[in-house]
Amino acid sequence: MTIDTLRIRFHRFLRRVLTRPRIDLPLAFALMLLCSVGLVTLYSAGGGSLPLVVGQAARFALGGALILLMSRIPPSVLRNWTPWLYAGSVMLLVVVAVLGEGRGADRWLNLGIMRFQPSELMKLTMPMMVAWYLHPRQLPPSWKDIAVVGGMIAIPAYLIGKQPDLGTALLVTAAGSFALFLSGMAWWRIGLLLAGAAGMVPIAWHFMHQYQRDRILTMLNPESDPLGNGWHIIQSQIAVGSGGIFGKGFEQGTQSRLDFLPEHTTDFIFAVFCEEFGLIGVCAILVLYAFIIGRCLWIAMEAKDTYSRLLAGAIGMSFFVYVFVNGGMVAGLLPVVGVPMPMVSYGGTSAVSLLVGFGVLMSIHANRKVHD
Amino acid sequence: MKPGAKRLRIYKDTRGEGELFRRRAFAGFALILLGLCALVGRYVFLQVLHHDEFATRSVNNSVKPRAIPPARGLIYDRNGVLLADNVPAFRLEVRPELVQHMNDTLAELSKVIPLDQDDLDAFHKQLKQSRRFDSVPLKMRLTEDDIARFAVNRWRFPGVDVVPYLTRHYPMGALFAHVVGYVSRIDADDMANLDPDRYKGTTHIGRTGLERSYEDLLHGTPGYELDEVNADGRVQRVLETHPPVPGKNLYLSIDARVQQAAQDAFEGRPGSAVAIDPRNGQMLAMVSVPSFDPNLFVNGISSVDYKGLITASDKPLINRALRAAYPPGSTVKPFMALAGLEYGVRTPQDSVFSSGVFYIPGQARGYRDDQRYGAGTVNLYKAIYASVNTYFYKLALDLGIDRVSEFMGSYGFGQPSGVDLPGEVSGILPSREWKAKHSPKERNWYPGETVIAGIGQGYWSVTTTQLAHALATFAGRGVPYAPRVVMATADVGKPSTPLANAPVGPSLIKNMKDWQAVNEGMQLVIYSNDPLSTGFGTKLGDGFPYRLAGKSGTAERFSRTSNDYNENKNTAYLAARHRAWFEAFTPAEDPRIAVVTMLEAGAWGAKDAGPIARKILDTWLAAQGGAVPPHQPLPESAIAPASSAQTPPAPEDTPQGDMPAPDSSTAGDDVQ
Repeated sequence: MTIDTLRIRFHRFLRRVLTRPRIDLPLAFALMLLCSVGLVTLYSAGGGSLPLVVGQAARFALGGALILLMSRIPPSVLRNWTPWLYAGSVMLLVVVAVLGEGRGADRWLNLGIMRFQPSELMKLTMPMMVAWYLHPRQLPPSWKDIAVVGGMIAIPAYLIGKQPDLGTALLVTAAGSFALFLSGMAWWRIGLLLAGAAGMVPIAWHFMHQYQRDRILTMLNPESDPLGNGWHIIQSQIAVGSGGIFGKGFEQGTQSRLDFLPEHTTDFIFAVFCEEFGLIGVCAILVLYAFIIGRCLWIAMEAKDTYSRLLAGAIGMSFFVYVFVNGGMVAGLLPVVGVPMPMVSYGGTSAVSLLVGFGVLMSIHANRKVHD
Repeated sequence: MKPGAKRLRIYKDTRGEGELFRRRAFAGFALILLGLCALVGRYVFLQVLHHDEFATRSVNNSVKPRAIPPARGLIYDRNGVLLADNVPAFRLEVRPELVQHMNDTLAELSKVIPLDQDDLDAFHKQLKQSRRFDSVPLKMRLTEDDIARFAVNRWRFPGVDVVPYLTRHYPMGALFAHVVGYVSRIDADDMANLDPDRYKGTTHIGRTGLERSYEDLLHGTPGYELDEVNADGRVQRVLETHPPVPGKNLYLSIDARVQQAAQDAFEGRPGSAVAIDPRNGQMLAMVSVPSFDPNLFVNGISSVDYKGLITASDKPLINRALRAAYPPGSTVKPFMALAGLEYGVRTPQDSVFSSGVFYIPGQARGYRDDQRYGAGTVNLYKAIYASVNTYFYKLALDLGIDRVSEFMGSYGFGQPSGVDLPGEVSGILPSREWKAKHSPKERNWYPGETVIAGIGQGYWSVTTTQLAHALATFAGRGVPYAPRVVMATADVGKPSTPLANAPVGPSLIKNMKDWQAVNEGMQLVIYSNDPLSTGFGTKLGDGFPYRLAGKSGTAERFSRTSNDYNENKNTAYLAARHRAWFEAFTPAEDPRIAVVTMLEAGAWGAKDAGPIARKILDTWLAAQGGAVPPHQPLPESAIAPASSAQTPPAPEDTPQGDMPAPDSSTAGDDVQ
């Protein structure tokens, strides 16, 4: 009968969706939880401003739609596009370097209807390119492969660092390096490169902008810059420290309410979170972040081929860099660089680009190895 | 199995790779957990171990830094007359985060203090661009009445405050509007390009004129104070003050009296005048008529006033001295004559016959003289004082356009003079390159174009400043200086230090005899008794204690199509058709001022623009305290030998590059 056929078909459909969903439900739920925490914190940090929260929620919704879209693009297709996407991103960076416009730092490209930051694109295309290059090679990579990958990382990182946007340059470098790390690059080679990098620090210092040096010096001695970054650091630490173990409670943070904490909806929003929810809240949200990263690596391990594995792993691990750099900055452990707390800091492009990355993970998950 | 996969398997150990990745992923995750633990450790340090300390600091956190904007530098004329001042005023400010219902508040507020639509528009625009806890100015320059009325109603308007500030005031109003310029409110576009630390608390920025070109010096460095605030954020006590460093004061080389006389001399007719000291490039006057009141712009001009200014047919907002380029007409003739002498193409005594019309050999088109039947036999002196076109037509043809444009270019035509004011235009110096670039259809240069370039017509256009710069360069015996309006700067309470203005190059004049000859010709414009002289009957030199040298120019805006020479027939039409120029310098033997006047709708240069120049010179002289030493008239003779009391400084050893042989002809000119 038709009813029976329909019922059978419906059951078959349900079984297929539940056994082979395109979306990894644990990751999706964790992200939703994180976004909710972010919106709640933003509501408090913005002084109860609803338009701010609605705007951010709209971006999350857009990000969610992009996750669904990206999850439909199989990794093999993505892999074929990779060199073009990478070349396109580098070209856009060059265009920005030549005729970009922005506030002080030239990192935006005006598309007429919207302004767009090509360096955001690079955060995703960079691990894609490294994974694409390592995919057909024999792993662990040889010195030659490492050198080629190093070049792939260095060129865009240089262009972004020159904009100057040290935070994004760091994230892009990290994303590429993680792919290389996951490909099984020998530990002694990693050690050698890290030692070399440590030796380069004085030279890098020489090439830094004065304001970048100032930021590092300010971190070491916050009292020296009472109007600028030193003020940020002192006020941020007061906010975090005064939160204690249990926090002052939702909407009870005085540091942001009374306007002592600058940038309290964007780069320093995590200080508001720490002040209001205390160490308990900090541990809870860090566990949530750790779960998301772990789940990403799990998806990577289940992936079918080298490209998907490296890409998924690198995206997951670079998520950690956001958390570590922003959390360290807010706690006065690291210098002030423009790295947002993912899904919590107010701001459009970075939230959307992160969610697009998770869309790629969903697609890798959907096209994972079949065990049975 | 696909062949591709088979090939892959030769190189890749897929299973081993998977295992390798698994190990790496675990290692990576372990490292990440380690990092997160370090982070937690830091938070434990802050939130548990040092919680008490930070909690106390948070409760006692009542100190906020507040930037103190620096006072803008003042601007004076050369004698210390104040041209731009800072006056204390009060404005109404709103802190958006403390206002519950913005529209209701504004409606109520307008019953206490009148707010017009311009105030509200500007406020709403800035409100969108600023953060909720930043104060936004609502109305500038409150009257005492406003302040008193607001004071009794203040309790009704939380978040609204009267704030004192220093505002820019221009005591001389329109007189210096084009030179000093004005400041106006900083907008979002400015913010994008400014150093936020340096402009913290600053509301205004130099928009035009010197206020803009010297913004860096005028602005100063902000200071800050540490304020103790209460729970509402109101300042209770100032704990520490680090005072700002005020901007530097500027001293102009312009004398306000000369400036005033120059402006008055125009009697409201559109035009401009520039006077320069040839010895150092200092500007002594720069006016553009009509002008406007710069004070209107300081705190936001009302839309009615602005519309009035931009739609006015005589465009008062444009600095004509810098931005209006017109054909120079006969004012280039002294420079042409000098070119002829310097290139060795002419001697002062070489004469041509002026019959009234000049023909290029082999061409039918005639080029007219001002005198219908010509001026007869004309040497260099007569050519200048009677402004004989034929002499310069032939001279231009003999020099060729390349030498004409090279020579004129060296006097600064066709390029900005480099004056320390923004917005200068380049004008046009006729040359093959210019034509090739700007008229792509007709790239060839024709001899006819050389001919009319010789009398300052055709493609030519110059600004008053450019011509004054060229004239000052000539008057100063060829030593070129970039014109400068600002003579000295001073820190507040300190004596002023002059701004150095070294000549931009060695003297342009190869032989001082050439300078002397052209100078004599220009003196005859003023003093010749020949009725053919353009200055005849204008009495420009009468009663002036120094010897004057000058040249008029009457540039046609449209070319003449009939042979009608009756200048009285339709004077109104002639006036609309012509630009009247006059250039002069004095004392002729040792020039100390060079002045150029331009009247946009003057019928004849000497008659209309000349008296303006004379009035400027009279006031300049009076400001100097009269003539020193008393003037001794020189003998007047059209062919006086170039014997000056002063020997010119050795011109022979000034390198001037290759001098073309006099006969290296105009062959390159004949493109047709």
